[in-house]
Amino acid sequence: MKKIILAAAAVLALSPAVRAAEVGPELMQVPWSFDGAFGKFDRLQLQRGLQVYREVCASCHSLNYVAFRNLSDLGYSEGQIKAIANEYEYPEIDDEGSDTTRKGKPSDYFPNPYPNEKFARASNNGALPPDLSLVTKSRHRDGPNYIYSLLLGYEDPPAGMEVLEGMSYNKFFSSGSFQIAMVKQIEPDKVTYADGTAATQEQIAQDITAFLHWAAEPKLEARHGAGLRVMLYTLIFTVLAYLLKKRIWARLDQK
Amino acid sequence: MANSASAQPSPAPAGADGETRRDFLLYSTVAFGAVGTAMMVWPLIDSMNPAADTLALSTTEFNLSGVQEGQGVVIIWRGKPVFVRYRTQKEIDDARAVALADLIDPAKDEDRVQKDQDKYLILVGVCTHLGCIPLGSKAMETRGEYGGWFCPCHGSHYDTSGRIRKGPAPANLEVPPYTFISDTTVRIG
Amino acid sequence: MSTEKSVLQRAFEWHEQRLPIGGFIDGVIGTKYPAPKNLNYWWNFGSLNGLMLVIMIASGIFLAMNYTPHKDFAFDSVERIMRDVNYGWVMRYMHANGASFFFIVVYIHIFRGMYYGSYKNPREVLWWIGILIFLAMMATAFMGYVLPWGQMSFWGATVITNLFSAIPVVGDSIVTFLWGGFSVENPTLNRFFSLHYLLPFVIFGLVVFHVWALHLPGSNNPLGIEATPADKIPFHPYYTAKDFFGVGVFMLIYFAVVFWAPNMLGDPLNYEKANPLVTPAHIVPEWYFLPFYAILRAIPDKLLGVIAMFGSILILFALPWLDTSRIRSAVFRPIYKWFLWLFVIDCAVLTWCGAQLPEGLPLILSRVGTFWYFLHFLILLPIIGWVETPKPLPASISEAVLKGRG
Repeated sequence: MKKIILAAAAVLALSPAVRAAEVGPELMQVPWSFDGAFGKFDRLQLQRGLQVYREVCASCHSLNYVAFRNLSDLGYSEGQIKAIANEYEYPEIDDEGSDTTRKGKPSDYFPNPYPNEKFARASNNGALPPDLSLVTKSRHRDGPNYIYSLLLGYEDPPAGMEVLEGMSYNKFFSSGSFQIAMVKQIEPDKVTYADGTAATQEQIAQDITAFLHWAAEPKLEARHGAGLRVMLYTLIFTVLAYLLKKRIWARLDQK
Repeated sequence: MANSASAQPSPAPAGADGETRRDFLLYSTVAFGAVGTAMMVWPLIDSMNPAADTLALSTTEFNLSGVQEGQGVVIIWRGKPVFVRYRTQKEIDDARAVALADLIDPAKDEDRVQKDQDKYLILVGVCTHLGCIPLGSKAMETRGEYGGWFCPCHGSHYDTSGRIRKGPAPANLEVPPYTFISDTTVRIG
Repeated sequence: MSTEKSVLQRAFEWHEQRLPIGGFIDGVIGTKYPAPKNLNYWWNFGSLNGLMLVIMIASGIFLAMNYTPHKDFAFDSVERIMRDVNYGWVMRYMHANGASFFFIVVYIHIFRGMYYGSYKNPREVLWWIGILIFLAMMATAFMGYVLPWGQMSFWGATVITNLFSAIPVVGDSIVTFLWGGFSVENPTLNRFFSLHYLLPFVIFGLVVFHVWALHLPGSNNPLGIEATPADKIPFHPYYTAKDFFGVGVFMLIYFAVVFWAPNMLGDPLNYEKANPLVTPAHIVPEWYFLPFYAILRAIPDKLLGVIAMFGSILILFALPWLDTSRIRSAVFRPIYKWFLWLFVIDCAVLTWCGAQLPEGLPLILSRVGTFWYFLHFLILLPIIGWVETPKPLPASISEAVLKGRG
């Protein structure tokens, strides 16, 4: 039995190692509040991250899978969510058949900054700003730390490296041979936080990353909570089943 | 494992401590397993209930300013038709003049509309008989013998309060939950 | 205690006389199925496979209720399951990780069969059906991975279906036929969904035959010798109790991954929607296909690579005859035992190679690994069987148990 558990554990432990090694320097590590088996999101941090998304990222990046109603996860009330949604406009066709706009509703999703992909590319030097709803899960196994590092990974290129027109050097952007189409966005005091938190680069990068990780994995807290309960339950069942098995097999020893 | 060469399982002595403890173990293990299985099945069942995006669309807002007196419109709410009618004073008076005892499903008109907005009658447009959609909302459609709606499937007649007056339908047209956000905007659901 | 039968008992007996379901179950996994008393925990993996099949079918049916097999909506519908459907994330993570755990359990089950010689006379057909189940599982897993329509789904499907273009003359026509078009497109996704729903029930049918074929000779055991009736104990309650304990331990590991590290075994790129114009730098299948993928890429010739890859699985059908030893259990085969562990290491090396870019050391290792894989089956196994002097077999299971070897 021990052997089997060891074998299974070894397989599980090795499987990520089986993946091709990631190139590029080691990522900066942030002690995220949502790390670990009991991790939770920090609501105030998510609210600050939302502010960063709306004031900095949203002019180029969509957030297709997040609806305003989802912002209740961040601790906003129904009225606050309505107010946020109301700041956006959505196309509509009126009773006479003409194009018009209406105000956003909680059931609406964050609007796309560009009408279509070609327009987005034309506005960004040919590069398409990716949708951010899943970006902390789709780019790297260690997604949040990767996004955090990437946001702060802008440097002068190493000597002799030719950086293409309109591109920036980023030491963590291994997938694009360290040249990224996005220019550095995070600067100290780029936003003025509504809750008065000092807006250092690191603070802004952490807040937006945490917000984006919530956007990518909104059920994380439910998952962690359910996980603990399910594991405890299964553990008790397993102990009972072991005792029962021992009891039953003890019959074979009796003459 | 077994130290004994005997392959024949000997039953545990009845009434001995071992037996009761095993019974307790057996029942608690089986109970734990059964409850655990049920808890694993529940998420599957619950996934068939309306999802969060469906629930988010379970209310709809409608602007009444375009509806003329005497006119009716049909809007969609939760995938079902909802009848909105701007009633004339005569229609309101007719509805209120009927004695409750004469009704199949007695209900006062005052209870089926909102006090300050009683000219607007808002109903789920599904016949309570077998789920057809009654006629009477569009100008050229028949409104039945009582000036309300008429269900063509099996001939149910509803009056200007949406109450069943004649035909096989057992109950009045349902009034959906709604509130007036302003004088001209109503939120249904 | 009253001697009179209760209403429930009488109803049960009435039904048993007309359709003996209770008796049938009792015969298959109950008190009427005698099993060798010395089965160890490696024998738990058969029932665990059954459990995984049930979990996969159950979660899959409910996922299908919210999934849309269309290239424009598939990815979105999966995200809707993850975000909006009640407990959708549980079902999706259980299903996606369930595939991995199903393969872990199946690989251990296959290894157990190889270690204790469960494929040998008289269990060859049982072994064959097992391989058929394995093949059907691979097809199901491959098509299931395409359904979320992420980048890896799309490019995995493109690469694997293109394998068939290696077939001379008709290859291209076959690929077009598989696609239902001229590339992996909406018709491909739609048919993969249909087949992904169908195949698990084919697997279920094969499992019925697998269990049927098991019950004629009965279970093998760690000693590999025939179990006399005196060496057997009823499956229920002994092995049912043991299986329940095994299920508990297994579920602890499975749930830990599902709830605490659900994306550990998957590829991040599959959280990006399929884009037919952008090929990922590094296309990798899920881990359970990596050894076969390494064999495919180890051989420089396209057709030979495809043949080697399929051959590496099909060769298992001949295993009962390639292994010339009449001794079943590796416990009594001093040479074979070591070569079997070498074979396991070889598979691990191939798995690692399958995840690397096919160049440099990984390429050399995958060629050595592929060579060794076939050497093991085609040359080593027959020779070992002839030259090896097995240890003396115990006269009976009870004797071995007395000596403390059970």
